[in-house]
Amino acid sequence: MSNILEISNVNKTFGGLHALSEINLKIEEGKIHAIIGPNGAGKSTLLNCCIGRLIPDTGSVMFNGHDMIGMEPYDINHAGMVRVFQTPEIFPDLTLLENTMIPALAKRDGTFKFNPFAVLSKENEIRDHAMSVLADVGLDRFADQHAGSISRGDKRRLELAMGLIQEPALLLLDEPTAGMARHDTNRTIDLLKKIKERGMTKIIIEHDMHVVFSLADTISVLAQGRIIATGTPDEIKNNPKVKEAYLGEEAEDE
Amino acid sequence: MKDLFKSNMAIMIAFTAVVMTAPIWLAPIGASYPDLLQKFAIFGVFAIGFNILFGLTGYLSFGHAAFLGVGSYTAVWSFKLLSMNVLPAIIFAVIVSGVFSLLIGYISLRRSGIYFSILTLAFAQMSYSLAYSVLTPITNGETGLQLTLKDPRVIDGMVGIPVTDSLPSTNFFGIGMSGYSGFYFCAVFLVIAFYVSLKIFRSPYGMKLRAIKSNQTRMRYTGFNTRPYLLSAFVISGMFAGLAGSLMAVTDPLAGAERMQWTASGEVVLMTILGGMGTLIGPLLGVGIIKYFENIFSALNEAALHEIFNFLPTGLENIMVVISSPFVGEGWHLTLGALFMIVVIFLPGGLMEGFSRLSRMFGKSDNEVSEDVVSETQGKAEGEK
Repeated sequence: MSNILEISNVNKTFGGLHALSEINLKIEEGKIHAIIGPNGAGKSTLLNCCIGRLIPDTGSVMFNGHDMIGMEPYDINHAGMVRVFQTPEIFPDLTLLENTMIPALAKRDGTFKFNPFAVLSKENEIRDHAMSVLADVGLDRFADQHAGSISRGDKRRLELAMGLIQEPALLLLDEPTAGMARHDTNRTIDLLKKIKERGMTKIIIEHDMHVVFSLADTISVLAQGRIIATGTPDEIKNNPKVKEAYLGEEAEDE
Repeated sequence: MKDLFKSNMAIMIAFTAVVMTAPIWLAPIGASYPDLLQKFAIFGVFAIGFNILFGLTGYLSFGHAAFLGVGSYTAVWSFKLLSMNVLPAIIFAVIVSGVFSLLIGYISLRRSGIYFSILTLAFAQMSYSLAYSVLTPITNGETGLQLTLKDPRVIDGMVGIPVTDSLPSTNFFGIGMSGYSGFYFCAVFLVIAFYVSLKIFRSPYGMKLRAIKSNQTRMRYTGFNTRPYLLSAFVISGMFAGLAGSLMAVTDPLAGAERMQWTASGEVVLMTILGGMGTLIGPLLGVGIIKYFENIFSALNEAALHEIFNFLPTGLENIMVVISSPFVGEGWHLTLGALFMIVVIFLPGGLMEGFSRLSRMFGKSDNEVSEDVVSETQGKAEGEK
């Protein structure tokens, strides 16, 4: 299998803080790659460097053979790398259905399409697709509600729907189950497994070890801005360095 | 019933009927004279266009009067150089204001929020000052641009319209543009403007504009380049403003720099907020109220007040007149200011929010109707913020 994403020598400093140092990471196509690490380890910073929210000081982010650094966020999106945000970045004034139709329209219309005389209510294909994805995440009942009025857990699921509907080659999930009840978490895991069969590559940042170990093919452990280990779930479980840096802390939390 | 109000056709028929019968149903409140009716229609076009930018994308421009002024100047120049026929004047005005708004929009939209507002304000004030001073050859400075007997009027000359001793008047293929015919001419453009706005509100493009208002950052990460969306909305609203400016010149062929002043820009902001930003009808309501106050309330004097409170005992009548007199005549701004404050504090979604609240109070079936027609977007959501 080829690598869909190759991160090489990425460094990022904020003032004197080394948020990321010498990150090298290869993501295999079709796999679920989890990145775990204690709070402040640089996980979100790493994702932000991938999708163009931050520009790393050095290094390269090669996606399907193209360097993504310095590209506009919308071009990265159309290249096929889509991020699901940790804090829900939804459209609070739009309905759930509209929230889900927007990314579907992005995929169809490109970065800009001027069609002020097209009729929204005749976009049946887009709407049906959006409804089916909303049903996948279990939100179809609320399709006509304003997204600002639903619970935080539901917003997370809406976020997920907005990422999934674009069917990107690589989906970056930033703590997709944080703030969800246990049965919703399990439901999300099932959903992500189902989508994996369709061949979508995913990077998951997660605190919930239950999610990580039931989904991930490969796990990388990030601590203090460095990758201290990469391997299969079993290798990671038994790695003494990882236990020291991360799993110990996690055990205290639980 | 619900489906009926959802159809564009039904809405347009109802809207056209209401606009065309305005001289009749506005008569009881003394607002059916042509001058005021023309103002309603012209400012209606202006506010509808402004609402496409402000209501849909949330970008608050404080410089739209500049496009109004450019439209007026262009139209008057067309009268002077080409023809007294209003058609070329309107076409040129829309084109020139479109180009002008493309330029200002391109620069102003590099910033958002308050900085965008300040940039548009700065541009409009610059245009105003230029029109007053440096550009006097084009704008005729303080006096304003007027028709003269020496104007060439090339096209009119070619088609053999005789030159008279008095100033010619504007016409649409021979139909004069003063009085009621002027109103109906403007009303046709109001209906067209409303239709364009309705189509935009109900298009995927319009939904994307609303999404930009809701969360622009997310739009960029969702794969949209938001800049051309904002710029196109800005240019459309600029062209509407130019159209309104040209209609002003059509009904009264002169153009002055004061049309570009910031107070004129502020007025359309007030109209939109008062009526309900982001709704289809709201801006028109705002226009109606503000223009009515400006023309009718300002004309009320003490004698008129005595007449109104005539039914009260003389002592009480005098007290009422004393209390209410600061609010009318010269003081009409005071009434308007108070009304504006009340609306913004209690109905942040504008008067349209008031109507949708009322209809919700009176049963569900009414509610459905009003939700569709009245608050096309999120006047309600705005209110909750």
